[in-house]
Amino acid sequence: MATAPALPGGFELPLEPRLPRLGSVDAVALEERADVLSKRSIKRESKVFALDLAIRMMDLTTLEGADTPGKVAALSSKGIRPDPTDPGIPSVAAICVYPNLVPYALERTRGTDVKVASVATAFPSGQSPLEVKLEETRWVVEAGAQEVDMVIDRGAFLSGRYAQVYDEIVRVKEICAGRAHLKVIIETGELGTYDNVRRASLLAIAGGADFIKTSTGKAATNATLPVALCMLEVIRDVHEETGRVVGMKVAGGIRQSKQAVQFLVQVYETLGLAWLTPDRYRIGASTLLNDVLMQIRKERTGRYQNPDYFTVD
Amino acid sequence: MATAWDYAPAPEARDIVRIQERYGLFIGGKFVEPLSGERYTTIDPAREEPLSEVAQANQADVNRAVKAARGAFEGTWSKLRPSERAKYLFRIARILQERSREFAVLESLNGGKPIRESRDVDIPLAAAHFFYYAGWADKLEYAFPNRKPRPVGVAGQIIPWNFPLLMLAWKIAPALAAGNTVVLKPAETTPLTALLFCDVVRQAELPPGVVNIVTGDGRTGAEIVAHPGVDKIAFTGSTEVGKAIQRTLAGTGKRLTLELGGKAANIIFDDAPLDQAVEGIINGIYFNQGHVCCAGSRLFVQESIYEATIAKLKRRMKTLRVGDPLDKNTDVGAINSKQQLEKITSLVQSGVDEGAELYQPPCKLPERGYWFVPTVFTNVAQSYRIAQEEIFGPVLSVLTFRTPDEAIEKANNTPYGLSAGVWTEKGSRILAMAQRLRAGVVWANTYNRFDPASPFGGYKESGFGREGGRHGLEAYVALDDA
Repeated sequence: MATAPALPGGFELPLEPRLPRLGSVDAVALEERADVLSKRSIKRESKVFALDLAIRMMDLTTLEGADTPGKVAALSSKGIRPDPTDPGIPSVAAICVYPNLVPYALERTRGTDVKVASVATAFPSGQSPLEVKLEETRWVVEAGAQEVDMVIDRGAFLSGRYAQVYDEIVRVKEICAGRAHLKVIIETGELGTYDNVRRASLLAIAGGADFIKTSTGKAATNATLPVALCMLEVIRDVHEETGRVVGMKVAGGIRQSKQAVQFLVQVYETLGLAWLTPDRYRIGASTLLNDVLMQIRKERTGRYQNPDYFTVD
Repeated sequence: MATAWDYAPAPEARDIVRIQERYGLFIGGKFVEPLSGERYTTIDPAREEPLSEVAQANQADVNRAVKAARGAFEGTWSKLRPSERAKYLFRIARILQERSREFAVLESLNGGKPIRESRDVDIPLAAAHFFYYAGWADKLEYAFPNRKPRPVGVAGQIIPWNFPLLMLAWKIAPALAAGNTVVLKPAETTPLTALLFCDVVRQAELPPGVVNIVTGDGRTGAEIVAHPGVDKIAFTGSTEVGKAIQRTLAGTGKRLTLELGGKAANIIFDDAPLDQAVEGIINGIYFNQGHVCCAGSRLFVQESIYEATIAKLKRRMKTLRVGDPLDKNTDVGAINSKQQLEKITSLVQSGVDEGAELYQPPCKLPERGYWFVPTVFTNVAQSYRIAQEEIFGPVLSVLTFRTPDEAIEKANNTPYGLSAGVWTEKGSRILAMAQRLRAGVVWANTYNRFDPASPFGGYKESGFGREGGRHGLEAYVALDDA
């Protein structure tokens, strides 16, 4: 192929027909599609399939100022064996905590398949000097976290300093490479438009994200169905154009089984069965698990059980 | 690991609907036996099972209905205070909302359309039309200032089978709001929601004779058109029948509005939001099995994004769920009738014969009933029948263009002119295209969106007159020309 002549930075010559590198998103049509998918009626065995999957994909999360070693240990135990009375219930995918609590989560999950994820890079705001963010990342990786959930610098993004955002992701990725999976939180609730969601998703993927993730759970708006669909479409475009597989994590505000099933339907009808695995899709949640357990038992026994029969951790 | 996530069947319960074994004609506020003594069977096209026996009205029946409508027009309805007329229309709208599930299930049973569409589109929109025109009933002076709007008289209305209740609402709501009475004939294959609507009319205590419903095939329609006591004809259906009606009415002084066929262009520019544009293509042609007069049946894609668009379109088609109309997860339901299925099949065959490239996603169809796999043709030339004729089925023809001028030229190169779609991020281009497309409705970055406040109707062989909005009242009022 011909080499493009030198052009001022930022200009790219279209040398072959292909998808627009950036592309745009139409809000009305996106929301309409998300709405149709949210009305799928998932019953009986297809519901049990989804609920079982939702547990295996769950990043059981606690991200509070009040977190203690005791709280994290209890949560880890719950994640390993969500329902002590039912051995058929799988473990969750990971326990997601603040850096200081990584050692306690690791201690409890050792010898199991449950991974430990740590937030990093001045979560949730990302408003700290780059060196601090990198040092924090280094610390959690060395402490043994298998997954790192970083946040992008929304201040930089919204003021148009995309190169800075990209750069930070690349630097964090360098630290994680080969040692920990990198999930990049774009905090959709602060981005304002779906076009921005698409742009930030592409930046994160270009920077080396293994997963892109909707939210910190700390903003006013968290993972919504249209936002998640928008991000899945980015992942699909990237996969189709380059073959690269990027995972997706939704987080924040997902408390009920019904919501979890709605997100999974989206994945199934957008990216297909290949993405319905914990290696490619995660649901970050703190209180969802017990509702899923309750629904599974309801599907098995035909009735709802008192919440006291499900452990609180 | 599962190989597929098969959604368990999620059928809407059908026991909410009580279908009678046989129906009479609704004339003068009650069901009467047809004088013709004839009945025919109406079926569920998804199962090929009979649902009920409905009357085949003849000349004497139509005459009776027109007399009842005339009596009600002169006796009560035209003399009623406009705000009183509004009251009845509001009542009908509310009852439709209250009974929406019943209507949705019946619509899907008799017509084959997915319950998702009858539940989320047809029935809510039908109610919305009654609400909207109820609001106009006592404000006609403001709709036509200084022109003293008066009712026309008895309106004869003939509607199609693709949106049975919605088309009924489009016809009846403005007619009644303006003070007319009506004789309406639902389509031969889909009379049941219109017959259930008679129950709503009674529940709303509408004066007898204001709404009369006569069922039957084209012969009944011809009787309505020819009846000297009818002041206005409103017809929605095929261009062929529309032309015949216009010939019959020539010189009679009867008013006429026609909403006929279409072969709409859905135009995708290279800067369009592609994933959403693909949703728009899907919604444009596979919505209601393509039984939509404004369906986006000709897709024009700018050549620079042709391959990407077709790849996305084909992949999306694989996720369409074709099957039981009553299943809440069904996207594409049954073809309305055997006759329609044969027409679609023969036109698709002509596309193959003429050399277009056919694609159909893998798809398991039910054994009984009338079905057609969602189909797309690429490599279509403007001269092929599939690019010229209205197929009225889930069949899309894809053509390409290079420049906006070429898109306009090709899009307008059709005897029809009902609707069009434009997909681009550029606002100025949307406006420029809308101005030059000879189509009654132009959708920008969306497709098949309806609202009672927005007028709908065609150019050229797609008909004349507008339905919806203030414009929709015009067909039903006599005006003083200043």
